[in-house]
Amino acid sequence: MRTACIVWFLVLFVTFSAGVPTVSAQTPQSSAMADQSVRLAKLEQAVADAKGSADNAWMLTSAALVLMMTGPGLALFYGGLVRKKNVLGTMMQSFALMAIISILWALIGYSLSFSAGNSFIGGLEHVFLRGVGGQPEASYAPTIPHQTFMIYQLMFAIITPALITGAFAERMKFSALVLFMMLWSVFVYAPMAHMVWGKGGVLNAALGGHFPTLDFAGGTVVHVTSGVSALVCALYLGRRAGYPREPMPPHSVVLSFIGACLLWVGWFGFNAGSALGAGSLASSAFVATHLASAAAVVGWGGAEWVRNGKPSALGAISGSVAGLVAITPAAGFVGPMPALAIGLIAGVFCYLMVVKVKARFGYDDSLDAFGVHGAGGTLGALLTGIFAQSAVNPVFRDSEGRALPSGLLEGNGHQLLNQLVGVATAWILAIVGTLLILKIVDATVGLRLTDEHEAQGLDLSQHGEEGYAWEVPA
Amino acid sequence: MTKVEAIIQNSKLEAVKTALHDIGVEGMTVLEVRGHGRQKGHTEFYRGHEYTVDLIPKIKLELVLPDDRVEKAVQAIATAARSGKIGDGKIFLSRIDEAIRIRNDERGEGAL
Repeated sequence: MRTACIVWFLVLFVTFSAGVPTVSAQTPQSSAMADQSVRLAKLEQAVADAKGSADNAWMLTSAALVLMMTGPGLALFYGGLVRKKNVLGTMMQSFALMAIISILWALIGYSLSFSAGNSFIGGLEHVFLRGVGGQPEASYAPTIPHQTFMIYQLMFAIITPALITGAFAERMKFSALVLFMMLWSVFVYAPMAHMVWGKGGVLNAALGGHFPTLDFAGGTVVHVTSGVSALVCALYLGRRAGYPREPMPPHSVVLSFIGACLLWVGWFGFNAGSALGAGSLASSAFVATHLASAAAVVGWGGAEWVRNGKPSALGAISGSVAGLVAITPAAGFVGPMPALAIGLIAGVFCYLMVVKVKARFGYDDSLDAFGVHGAGGTLGALLTGIFAQSAVNPVFRDSEGRALPSGLLEGNGHQLLNQLVGVATAWILAIVGTLLILKIVDATVGLRLTDEHEAQGLDLSQHGEEGYAWEVPA
Repeated sequence: MTKVEAIIQNSKLEAVKTALHDIGVEGMTVLEVRGHGRQKGHTEFYRGHEYTVDLIPKIKLELVLPDDRVEKAVQAIATAARSGKIGDGKIFLSRIDEAIRIRNDERGEGAL
């Protein structure tokens, strides 16, 4: 009791003495000036706080939007495209990633991606999220808490592997998926994220990387890696039983439609949020994102109208996604008119990839993860090198701080080469990494469903449920 | 007692129900079925894949009637369901051995 009283007294003493202003001899005039300086300092702090609050509000919102893109956006989009017997299994793949990747990210993923390490991978400084608190991480986002930056990046780490699930839809074991994704997140996603966005990353345009790749929101990090990995998976696992002879139309384009709309809206968080602040760059990226999606709908829908005589709803929403993928690396570097151009080109290009190229080569990329994300992301990354304008975002500066040209049309043809290096890195990392991981998982757990389970469907065989129990009596 | 099975176009269901009610037939079972006779299906496109849908949605009505009411019912159904084009459907008649009312165990034509 006595000790407690003494401790309390000491605490109060320290608190009050720290708060007591030091009294010094002052004239009335210097006292007024000192007041002014104090007020000015407080005002500056308040302005900085307000700006930081605005940035933080937008960034937390963006993080939520990007998570929504996975669940329910992608879950619905993919879920509607598969056969009824696989709807829950498909959605479960995305949802499981929301849980598993989050945990992995907190334990080690964030550190490997964003802490200082070498040119290719981060270190262990932030394992268990050590050092990730309320203070900003100045190299990345100087106006928002480090935690906000970390959680925002987590949502990207979640959706990237989720995109791959489209390639092996309806035929991969759930246990294999879990193991595959954990390995992929650590050995493919983290290195790529580090190289493009991390401190010291060899491809990091903002932080002086050796081959600066302009990738605003993840054209290479997210779409090329996942899309190319998807192709590898589709080839390695082989086609679905009965493909392509048996008809396997989507069981609910309605669900896919809803998912696609959620993806479009969520993408504002994905792209505009990559401005890491609530300023005019976020606006610019928002506008570019939206216009690209719109143009791509017209591109894909128009191409389909010409080729098939009717524009389908599935085509329209697929076009939208293709445009959003292509604008992802470009969003914060291009103006509105180039955004329209990028969207239009991507819509037509991805349509042809899905409709002609896939049929020609016969691979069963079931939900077109490669056709849209791999191909669209590659296209977008290269178009970024063409259309990037320093007036939109002065990412390269000379020694006097003046903005240098960003892209080809502005006079920087060299950037296209850098984009190629970034894209090639993503391709190689995805192919090699995914192949190795597939071999490991196949050897340990086994990748593919048995013929019986595949016929039965994911829902029953992997999860013991049915998506729709409409025939069961009340 | 005769079972009347009628496979008709989806769009004709209301007209057939009304026609049957008008001649005093009130009991019927309606099923949603798929099938085709000589009617061709249609093609659907999903991301470049062409699917031929040749099992066309139809409505099947089942009624069990006393023999003396069957012909009037058949006429009513056919007239209401006819459009003159391929795909109008068919009516089949078969013999029923027994009918039982579950509520009170009544049997025979009285149970209809």
